[in-house]
Amino acid sequence: MPVQETNHISYQRSFYIEGGNFNYAGIVSTSIKSILKQMDFPSNVVRKCSIVCYESEINVVSYARKGVVNLTINSNTIQIEVIDEGPGIPNIDLAMQEGYSTATQKIREMGFGAGMGLHNIESYSDAFIISSELGKGTRLLMTINIKQ
Amino acid sequence: MNLETIVKELGLEVKCASENLKNDVTGGYTGDLLSDVMANSHEGNIWITRQVHQNIVAVASLKDHAGIILINSCEPTQDTLAKASQEKIPIMVSNLHAFELTGKIYNLLEKKD
Amino acid sequence: MKLRDVKEILDADVIVGEDKLDMEVNTAFGADLMSDVLSFAKSGSILLTGLTNDQVIRTADILDIAAIVLVRGKRANADTINLAKELKIPILSTKYILFETAGRLYAKGMVGCVEKVDNASARN
Repeated sequence: MPVQETNHISYQRSFYIEGGNFNYAGIVSTSIKSILKQMDFPSNVVRKCSIVCYESEINVVSYARKGVVNLTINSNTIQIEVIDEGPGIPNIDLAMQEGYSTATQKIREMGFGAGMGLHNIESYSDAFIISSELGKGTRLLMTINIKQ
Repeated sequence: MNLETIVKELGLEVKCASENLKNDVTGGYTGDLLSDVMANSHEGNIWITRQVHQNIVAVASLKDHAGIILINSCEPTQDTLAKASQEKIPIMVSNLHAFELTGKIYNLLEKKD
Repeated sequence: MKLRDVKEILDADVIVGEDKLDMEVNTAFGADLMSDVLSFAKSGSILLTGLTNDQVIRTADILDIAAIVLVRGKRANADTINLAKELKIPILSTKYILFETAGRLYAKGMVGCVEKVDNASARN
């Protein structure tokens, strides 16, 4: 494979998530997984991308009004950006703590909301950025290196 | 079989209520959904879960469980420990995941029966 | 062991994937929390769970889980079954509780699975 000097964008696509609708929760992640699989990325790269995307998607469905997932494939990395319009996170440090959760009973019955989501996202990302504004929404940016 | 035997056989770390390790274990229940455990577990069960918040103590106490084992080296919260000590529900921690821990306990209970 | 053996050991009904019973399955993960599954379960394992909603199927798909075993006689609804068919994920249903299900499979030699992605990539 030729050595790439720049990390140029080779693929970009956006997906929309509807908040509160658990019937479709996970559909974006399933699509992204199948796109990455078709592009023949190594299975552990596909797995990491799918997991971070899925946990983020569940968060948007659980807490926000709506959200968008921007998938960007560069020569060296895959970036998954998830931006939602929702209540925002008052205390990010607290939210990142394993076990901390503000989930409703409904979310818990779905098998989520045990305070593991953001922690999982961080641990499966090679780089992770989170920012949030109260009353506006939250942005997550996960980067997965193609060469693990 | 009592809790003490299980603690010894599986090298569990006892977090609280160690005075109650003589509790007899009649069977096991593995689950993370409190409503399920509430509905379907039985008196004398050893409850295997990865939930760590204090509500687990209420469930174990109401259902008269022999004790709770947290999987995957999960640490109980301070509230959980305080409440469990008060209610005299032993909480133990294992570094195994649910499948393997359940398998080992199942085998132990089968052997002695 | 084969998925067929799992069916026998657990006296289970096959809800989806009658044609996949000859699939080799050797590791299992039991959980009701999907984040726990996402955090630790290995590709190719079977997932033992008391949850029956779409998220179980999605989680299994994301992780390439070989098959799902619903415990406590749980049945999934028609939409969830259709999703599993679409994503080609076999579903079995056993009347045993998770404790008994895991215990019986473990006694027959099935092993647990725990894998962090990082460990997996370190081996590759």
